[in-house]
Amino acid sequence: MNLLYKIFLDPFVQMAAAPDLLAQTLWEGLVAGMLYALIALGFVLIFKASGVFNFAQGIMVVFAALTLVGFYELLRRLGVGPAGLAAYVALGLAVLVMLALAWGVERLVLRPLVNQPDIILFMATFGLTYFLIGFGELVFGGDPKIMIANELNLPRGALDLKILGGLVSLQKIDIAAALIASIMVAVLAVFFSKTRIGRALRAVADSHKAALSVGISLEQIWVIVWFASGLVALVTGIMWGARSEVSFALQIIALRALPVLILGGFTSIPGAIVGGLIVGIGEKLGEFYWGPLFGSGIESWLSYFIALTFLLFRPQGLFGEKIIERV
Amino acid sequence: MLYREAGQFKTRYAADMAIFPIRQDRIGILVILAVAFVVIPYFGNSFLLQAVMIPFLIFSLAAIGLNLLTGYTGLLSLGTGAFMGVGAYACYKLATIFPGVHILVWVVASGFVAAAVGVVFGLPSLRIKGFYLAVATLAAQFFLQWCFVRIPWLVNYNVSNAIEVPTRTLFGVPVTGPNATPTTRYLIVLAIVVAMTWLASNLVHGRVGRMWMAVRDMDIAAELMGIRLLPTKLLAFAVSSFYCGVAGALMVFLWYGGAEADVFNINQSFFILFMVIIGGLGSLIGSYFGAALIFMLPILLRYVPDQFGIPIRSATVEHLSFMIVGALIIFFLIVEPNGLARLWQITKQKLRVWPFPY
Repeated sequence: MNLLYKIFLDPFVQMAAAPDLLAQTLWEGLVAGMLYALIALGFVLIFKASGVFNFAQGIMVVFAALTLVGFYELLRRLGVGPAGLAAYVALGLAVLVMLALAWGVERLVLRPLVNQPDIILFMATFGLTYFLIGFGELVFGGDPKIMIANELNLPRGALDLKILGGLVSLQKIDIAAALIASIMVAVLAVFFSKTRIGRALRAVADSHKAALSVGISLEQIWVIVWFASGLVALVTGIMWGARSEVSFALQIIALRALPVLILGGFTSIPGAIVGGLIVGIGEKLGEFYWGPLFGSGIESWLSYFIALTFLLFRPQGLFGEKIIERV
Repeated sequence: MLYREAGQFKTRYAADMAIFPIRQDRIGILVILAVAFVVIPYFGNSFLLQAVMIPFLIFSLAAIGLNLLTGYTGLLSLGTGAFMGVGAYACYKLATIFPGVHILVWVVASGFVAAAVGVVFGLPSLRIKGFYLAVATLAAQFFLQWCFVRIPWLVNYNVSNAIEVPTRTLFGVPVTGPNATPTTRYLIVLAIVVAMTWLASNLVHGRVGRMWMAVRDMDIAAELMGIRLLPTKLLAFAVSSFYCGVAGALMVFLWYGGAEADVFNINQSFFILFMVIIGGLGSLIGSYFGAALIFMLPILLRYVPDQFGIPIRSATVEHLSFMIVGALIIFFLIVEPNGLARLWQITKQKLRVWPFPY
C-alpha cells in the first residue's frame, strides 16, 4: 500500500503543494524538450527526403559546434578583428564546412548506394559517425571546449519571475533557444510546403524512381537536405554547447532524441516538436518526482518507455504517415 | 581449377539438401576444424589465444545470435549488448548461488535466462516494425544497463560493483578464474562456439528457419500462409538472446575474468550489429567474417605502424583507426551491400570455373 501511495499519490501531492517548483520543473522539461526536438528535426529532415535513418546526426551536432569553436580560436590566434567579428566569421565558415560535408556525403556515400535497402544506408551512416568521430578528434583534439556564446551575442543571465507564490528562474539562453527553434521550425515548414524545392523534396521522399522520372535531380535534393540538417545541427550544437560545453560526450544526446523521433513519427516535423516536448517534460517530471523511488538515473530509459507506450497504440508514431502494407 | 565437383553425383534427396554438398567443402571444413582444435592451441602463443582467438570466437557467437534475429527474421535489434549482459550476470548469480554445479552447465543455462528476458522485450515486435522496432529495443538496452548498475544484488553486493569470476575446474583443470591457462579457455570456447554454430545451422535450414525467412521477406504474406507471427517472432527473439546470453557469459567468464556494467553498453550492441551487416545479413559464415574484420581491424591498425617503425602517438593511432574503420564500413557497403559472405560466394564461384569462365 505504502509503495502504491508513493507511486500514484505522493508525487501529485508534492506537485500541488509547491506549484512554483512544478512550474520550474515544467520549464526545464520544456527547454530540454525543445533541444531534443531540434535534434529530432535533423533526423526527420533527412528521413523525409531520402528515407535514410541518419544515425550520424548526433555527431554532426558535435562536429558543427567544434568547427565553429575551432575556427573562432584559429581566427583569434591569427589576430582577426574584435571578438564579435571573429565569431561571426567563424559562424560563416562553419556553415561552409557543413555545406562541404553535405556535398561530400552525397558524393561519396549516398550516390553509390542509391536504391539499396534501408538498413544498408542506415549502416553507412554508422560508418560516417565513426569517421567523423575520428576526424573530429584528430583535428580538434578530445578536450571539451567552451562555446563562444558571449561573442555571438547570445543573451546571458536569468530572468526571475514571481509567480505562484514562489520564484521561477528562467535562463535567458533557454528563452533564446526556444525562440530560435520555433522560428526554424516555422521556416522549415514553409520551405517544405510552399517552395518548389520543398515540393521536390516531398516527391523524392515518396519514391526515388518516380521523382527521377519527372526530372528532379536526386543529387541536388540530397545535398540540400543534408545541408539543411547540417544547419539544424549547427544551431543545436550552439544551443547545447552554450548550456554546458562542447565535447564528444554530447553525441549521446542523439540517443536521447530517438524516443522523440518514434513518438512523433519519423516523417513529421510537427511530430518532432510535440514528441520532443512530451519526452522532455515527461523525463524531467519523472526524474524529479518519481526518480527518488527508483534511485536516480531513470531518465536514461524513462523516455524510451514513454515512447514505447505511445507506440503500442500508434505504431507509426503520433503524427507519422499511416503505414500501409500490401501483399 | 582449384575447385571441381565433376563426378560427384547426388543420388538421394538427403545428399541434395546437405549443407556442404561438395566433397571439397567437406574436406575444407574438416581442415579448418583440425587447425582450430589442434594446430592453433599447439603452436599459438598466449597473446594469439587470449587477445585474438578467444574474443573473435565470442564475438562470432554473439554475431550469429544477432544474425538469427536481424538477418534471418528481419527484426532489427540494438539491444544485443544488454542481452549479453543478462547472460553474464545470470551466469554469475547462478554460479555463486549453486557453486556445486559445474560452471559450463551454468554458462549454457544463463542463455535461457537471457532468452526469457529477450522474449519479454520482443513482445512489442508484433506491432512495431522496422526502425521503430530498433529504437524500441534500445529501451531494453538502456533499462537493462540501468539495472546492472543500480541493483547491487546482481553482483552479490561487491564493493567494486563488478562481476568477479570465481575459479572453477573441469576434471581438476582450472577453467575460469585467474589460474586458467589461455589454451584451456580457448578450447572450451571453441567447443561451445562450434557446437552452437552447428545447432544454428540446423535450425536455419529446417522448418523454423524457413518460417523465420518467410516472416523476414514479408510478414503479412507469411501470416496468410499460415505462419503464426507471434510465436515465430518470439522464438527468434528467444533463440537470438540465448546465443547472445551465452556469448556474454563466455565473454566475462572465459575472456575478461571480471566485468562492470559498462562492458555491455550501447557501443557493444552497435559493434555486434556492424559485424552482422559487414559480414552479411542472413549468413552464418558471414558472422564469422564480420567478427574477424571488425574485431581484428583495430588490432592490425595498432600494430602495423609499429612494424614499419613509423612513429605515431597512440592517441593519433586511435583517432586514425576510428576514421579508417568508418571509411572501410562505407567502402564495404558500397562494394558489396550483401556483405563479406556474398564476396566469399563470388570468389568460390570464380575459382570453380577459372580459368575458363564460359
